[in-house]
Amino acid sequence: MHVDRIRRNPDFIELTRLRKSFGWTLTIIMLLIYYGYIALVAYQKPLIAQPLFGAVTVGLVLGIGVILSAIILTGVYVLRANSTFDALSRRIVAADTASNPRVASLGGVR
Amino acid sequence: MIRIMTCAVPALLALLASAAAHAAGPLEAGTRQATNWTAIGMFAGFVALTMGITYWAAGRTKTTSDFYTAGGGISGFQNGVAIAGDYMSAASFLGISALFYTFGYDGLIYAIGFLVGWPIIMFLMAEPLRNLGRFTFADVVSYRLQQTPIRAMAATGTLVTVAFYLIAQMVGAGQLIELLFGLPYAYAVVAVGVLMIIYVTFGGMIATTWVQIIKAALLLSGATLISILVLSKFNFNVSDFLAKAIEVHPKHDAIMLPGPQVANPISAISLGIALMFGTAGLPHILMRFFTVADAKEARKSVFWATTFIGYFYLLTFIIGFGAIVLVSTNPEYLDAKGALLGGGNMPAIHLAHAVGGDVMKGFISAVAFATILAVVSGLTLSGASAVSHDLYASVFRRGQVSDGSEVRVSKITTVVLGIVAIALGIAFEKINVAFMVGLAFAIAASANFPVLLLSMLWRGLTTRGAFLGGFTGLISAVVLTIGSPAIWVSVLGNPAGSAWFPYTSPAIFTVPAAFIVCWLVSTLDRSASANRERAAYEAQFVRSETGIGAEGASAH
Repeated sequence: MHVDRIRRNPDFIELTRLRKSFGWTLTIIMLLIYYGYIALVAYQKPLIAQPLFGAVTVGLVLGIGVILSAIILTGVYVLRANSTFDALSRRIVAADTASNPRVASLGGVR
Repeated sequence: MIRIMTCAVPALLALLASAAAHAAGPLEAGTRQATNWTAIGMFAGFVALTMGITYWAAGRTKTTSDFYTAGGGISGFQNGVAIAGDYMSAASFLGISALFYTFGYDGLIYAIGFLVGWPIIMFLMAEPLRNLGRFTFADVVSYRLQQTPIRAMAATGTLVTVAFYLIAQMVGAGQLIELLFGLPYAYAVVAVGVLMIIYVTFGGMIATTWVQIIKAALLLSGATLISILVLSKFNFNVSDFLAKAIEVHPKHDAIMLPGPQVANPISAISLGIALMFGTAGLPHILMRFFTVADAKEARKSVFWATTFIGYFYLLTFIIGFGAIVLVSTNPEYLDAKGALLGGGNMPAIHLAHAVGGDVMKGFISAVAFATILAVVSGLTLSGASAVSHDLYASVFRRGQVSDGSEVRVSKITTVVLGIVAIALGIAFEKINVAFMVGLAFAIAASANFPVLLLSMLWRGLTTRGAFLGGFTGLISAVVLTIGSPAIWVSVLGNPAGSAWFPYTSPAIFTVPAAFIVCWLVSTLDRSASANRERAAYEAQFVRSETGIGAEGASAH
């Protein structure tokens, strides 16, 4: 593996930039959803108990929404990573392997 | 070794049978449930199946990699199910459904807290963790830092977290099995300890993984079946179901309100931090990421784990509220004063009986026992690997160690940890299980998570920063917990109101403290080794992003 060469590879720069911004964006969305929910629970108790339809309350829908959002956000990350990130990653590994055949026998994303 | 195991199984079943016979005596009738032969029969079936798997796994466990990480041969989906099996403890299943039953809405706040750490693991940690680590999370933290201090620090954090979590599981196991199977408490703790030692020492990670997968499948299918049976009584009309629960619960409308668990906003947020980031610092969970082939499979693992765990908590909601409707109204499950037979953790078990009779109750009881076994096996394996891989092989022998002797140390440690867990389980019989779990999460969030995250994502982290930051998190979390009402007043017997740390969880202070010390000490560290460590981040970064040179692709 050639650290400097990979560091300068435009695909690598693109991959790390995309993954960093995507990962942190989703992290911040999840933190906002969760701590927003906790803040409502802590400070807006009447709203939480407000009926929405029948005996189903706002708090119940919000709570189940937080659970579903966690599942959906992880799913979104996997979809993007499986397509965009893995394609870039494969190109970086191929370029690295081509530049040094010995590494090909030792490493790489399989 | 395999011969010892085949002898141990019948001996253990005989122990269970004789204990059950003891328990059936008239003296115990008041505190304990009658011996439940359906449950014992189903549990014996589970033990027989998992012992068969352990026997099979023992034949496939040859190297350290097989022992610690199943040779990296677990698929993403399998690992996701195993993670769910590792994470959904009996404390979650019985404890959270009991929270719903007693407090209503508060149960949901806990359930969500236990889930929301998973997306964070996915977005920031899963892939670098897999690409940098080999057997333990200390491999990742010490990747470019000094081995001895960092591994000693990470192993301490691992062992303290594992110890508290293990005590909680053992005490929970003893109490549950006493109730469910009618076995004496000490017998139950010994049975769990012995079975766990057999799984881990003979079958290593391969057996542990399959025990966790089978347990997750049983728990999810059992909880699904109960939920369907409950909802079917209301023609699947959720509003009617909730209306009935509100009508019959003594608090009525108040069960839809956030209650005593979040009375103090600081406590609520602090608990949220402990649960969310504690998940990302649990050593036995982190270890599971090394059992898959690459970062892609690690991602899939988190997605499936999040899906199954989220689904499971939705079911505990139906089960808890279902118990309000079907258990609290039925005198068959209540004592003369109207309290639940067998204590506060029993709503799910009684509900199983209410919707499915003795067979369903026996099945759910057996699943609860299986659940405990799966969790303690994962915990013990991660504790043992911290001792054998981090302390023995890396610190004590400086990496000059054969596969055989490292695995041998790991197996000896497993037996020692198993015996210690049995002793602690018996000594701490009266401790509050939910509180111990909360403490384990607070320590994992404060001691393990900040150092691990920074080691992967921040170039500036140095050995001094990581060492002092890790210990800051560990020590402050333990000390503030001792000062909190649950320990200072309830356990140490100081007068009510004298607790000098007023919140239920220390995480809101200790997690930032660990991050700040890591950052400050690293930034001020001008030593030559610190400069080398910062420079070494480049190579680490390339490997963590691309997986080139990652474990599984090549031997160290």
